[in-house]
Amino acid sequence: MQLLQIIEKHGRQPEDLISILLDYQACKTDNYISEDDVKMLARQLNLTESRIYSVLTFYTLLSTKPRGKYVVQVCNDVPCYVKGSVNVLKILEKTLGIQEGETTADGVFTLEFTSCLGCCDKAPAMRIGGQLYGNLDEGKIGEIIAKYRGQ
Amino acid sequence: MIELTINNRKVSVPEGTTILDAAKKLGITIPTLCYFPNQKTKANCRVCVVEVDGYRTLQTACSTPVAPGMVVKTNSPKALEARKVNIELILANHDARCLECSRNLNCELQKVANQAGITDNPFESVLVMQDIDDSSPSIVRNPNKCIKCGRCIEVCRDVQGLNIIDDAGRSADMGVVPTFGKFLNDSNCVACGQCAVVCPVAAITEKDEIGVVWEALSDPSKRVVVQTAPAVRVALGEEFGMAPGTPVTGKMAASLRALGFDDIFDTNFTADLTIMEEGTEFLTRVKNALTGGKATLPMITSCSPGWINFVEINYPELLDHLSTCKSPHQMLGALIKTYYAKKINVKPEDMFVVSVMPCTAKKYEAKRPELSVDGIHPDVDAVLTTRELARMIKQAGIDFVNLPDEDFDNPLGLSTGAADIFGVTGGVMEAALRTVYEIVTGRELPFDGLHVKPIVGLEGIKEATIKIENPVADYAFLDGVEVKVAVASSTKNAKVLMDQIAAGTSPYHFIEIMGCLGGCITGGGQPRSADPDVRIKRLGGMYSVDEAKVLRKSHDNPYVKSIYEEYLGAPNGHLSHELLHTHYNKRGKA
Repeated sequence: MQLLQIIEKHGRQPEDLISILLDYQACKTDNYISEDDVKMLARQLNLTESRIYSVLTFYTLLSTKPRGKYVVQVCNDVPCYVKGSVNVLKILEKTLGIQEGETTADGVFTLEFTSCLGCCDKAPAMRIGGQLYGNLDEGKIGEIIAKYRGQ
Repeated sequence: MIELTINNRKVSVPEGTTILDAAKKLGITIPTLCYFPNQKTKANCRVCVVEVDGYRTLQTACSTPVAPGMVVKTNSPKALEARKVNIELILANHDARCLECSRNLNCELQKVANQAGITDNPFESVLVMQDIDDSSPSIVRNPNKCIKCGRCIEVCRDVQGLNIIDDAGRSADMGVVPTFGKFLNDSNCVACGQCAVVCPVAAITEKDEIGVVWEALSDPSKRVVVQTAPAVRVALGEEFGMAPGTPVTGKMAASLRALGFDDIFDTNFTADLTIMEEGTEFLTRVKNALTGGKATLPMITSCSPGWINFVEINYPELLDHLSTCKSPHQMLGALIKTYYAKKINVKPEDMFVVSVMPCTAKKYEAKRPELSVDGIHPDVDAVLTTRELARMIKQAGIDFVNLPDEDFDNPLGLSTGAADIFGVTGGVMEAALRTVYEIVTGRELPFDGLHVKPIVGLEGIKEATIKIENPVADYAFLDGVEVKVAVASSTKNAKVLMDQIAAGTSPYHFIEIMGCLGGCITGGGQPRSADPDVRIKRLGGMYSVDEAKVLRKSHDNPYVKSIYEEYLGAPNGHLSHELLHTHYNKRGKA
């Protein structure tokens, strides 16, 4: 079973939790960690469910709710905000036809905010899956989304 | 020793002392909010910030250790202003309708805000009102009051070993919630209420039943009977400024009469009765075990409803180890609505039984459908915590401190010293041993002052071995047997003993478990206290009440003897089983 393999790979120490969560979420089609997953992880790692839930809700990379195949995350930390992340979000909302926090009806895209992505020099920035995109403008955003739609 | 200067005064303290404690030594109180005695340093509220020479930024006094030659200013304009702003920011995300709050005039946030001289808040409120979680019969969680100090998380995780609540989300959206934002009642919460004791504000409180009690008191058709748990009498005084551990039994009885209760009974009476029932049950189990019969050992006490919730949720396969005895206040409720109702010729449905308890889990317990003598009327109609009783006394304008002492009513108000120590960890076991040993050997328990020293004190897990020699004829099978007992308090410590039982390695015959660390004296319904020594002071109070009594063994209680002769028959007899015993539910984890 997949989760057990991932646990074996990383180990069972509390500090292995984040790596396990990230790997496990990545191999799930709906991009999130469910309540049942948390229960199983708690038993396997001898951690409490509350602690795992706390970690899950702290990191924007992780989710406790089902998400689309591609998670589009717009940075809303200060440098991106100053460089117009609000506009980036508006363009994405228009392009995808959904609001922040929502998933497209076809289940392909989820749009959400994230905290700093560590590429303030390329602000405003966003991340799709593991891929970073900087210096965003309307044209660039359109091209990127079209590329993912095509996949 | 390290010498430093605080507010131009020199002070010498051991290495590792915090600025907060060093200042205390000089009589300087630096305001704190997230800080709590005997907990880890959190330093997240930033209320205790002070100015330290040579440091660019202000330092939190609770987390900064002193250094040689350090120069600290606790009241510099910079420190005072920062402290004020920090409190204003907390208030901007707090439901500050103080006049409509149960913690009004008893709130740590209100106190520091007042101390900082806050008269208006330049920051606009950013509070997004959330639903109050009142799903639990014991505890209410109001996220709009929460200041995210983390004290409740720590007590639930580190003291109780439960971790039902934890922080979730980040930054401004961070909150303290059960897993997946569930209702408390749908989580694995055992309702111990330790979170409510450490909460500085009204974010976690007991579910208030004062209203229904006032209603019953004003209903002329109701005979309203009250009973008080052992631990209430050594803590209630604190709500009126008295020192922790001061026994206020007489004032408590007097104030209950002044509030208008018709009968003032004592849960202690049924604590004595519990010893008769539980002691008999234990001896029967041991006899069966030693004479080739079937018996589940170790037997475990069942007085603490937080512990019962814990075992039903976490060890549903081990419920046979629990004594079938109802907890003492449920026993008394059942007797009030049967034995006493008949005696005074009042219909059980016209009786309203109120229990004053040091406990929040008792509120949940009283609502268990199985705890009812007729399946319709509950044994106990309402449960008030020690804190709630104090609020009622204040509402009624009773001058508690100056009340002349009064007594409980009889027959259900008399108790021995053995009953008093039910309120402290090790007490139930000692009370049981005082009686069981004497039944088995015909001699008094051979310990100084009747105290089983190894199980007296605040350690989380304690044990003792008592060797039986020269028993009376009926218990000849026990000759030479070493009875091994253990005592644990807090669900975290209970887990250690339960895991031994689950693994088949438990060496014990009899185990006492209390859900809260130290026993009922520090139950979830007791007065909140910032005194780091509050446990040991209340423990001292409990033993002093015991030692002051002439009768100190449950089987010597004359009314216990007469209730068996008049009504119940024998301990563990048919009627006892019907009224005084219960069963448990295999709940399992949510």
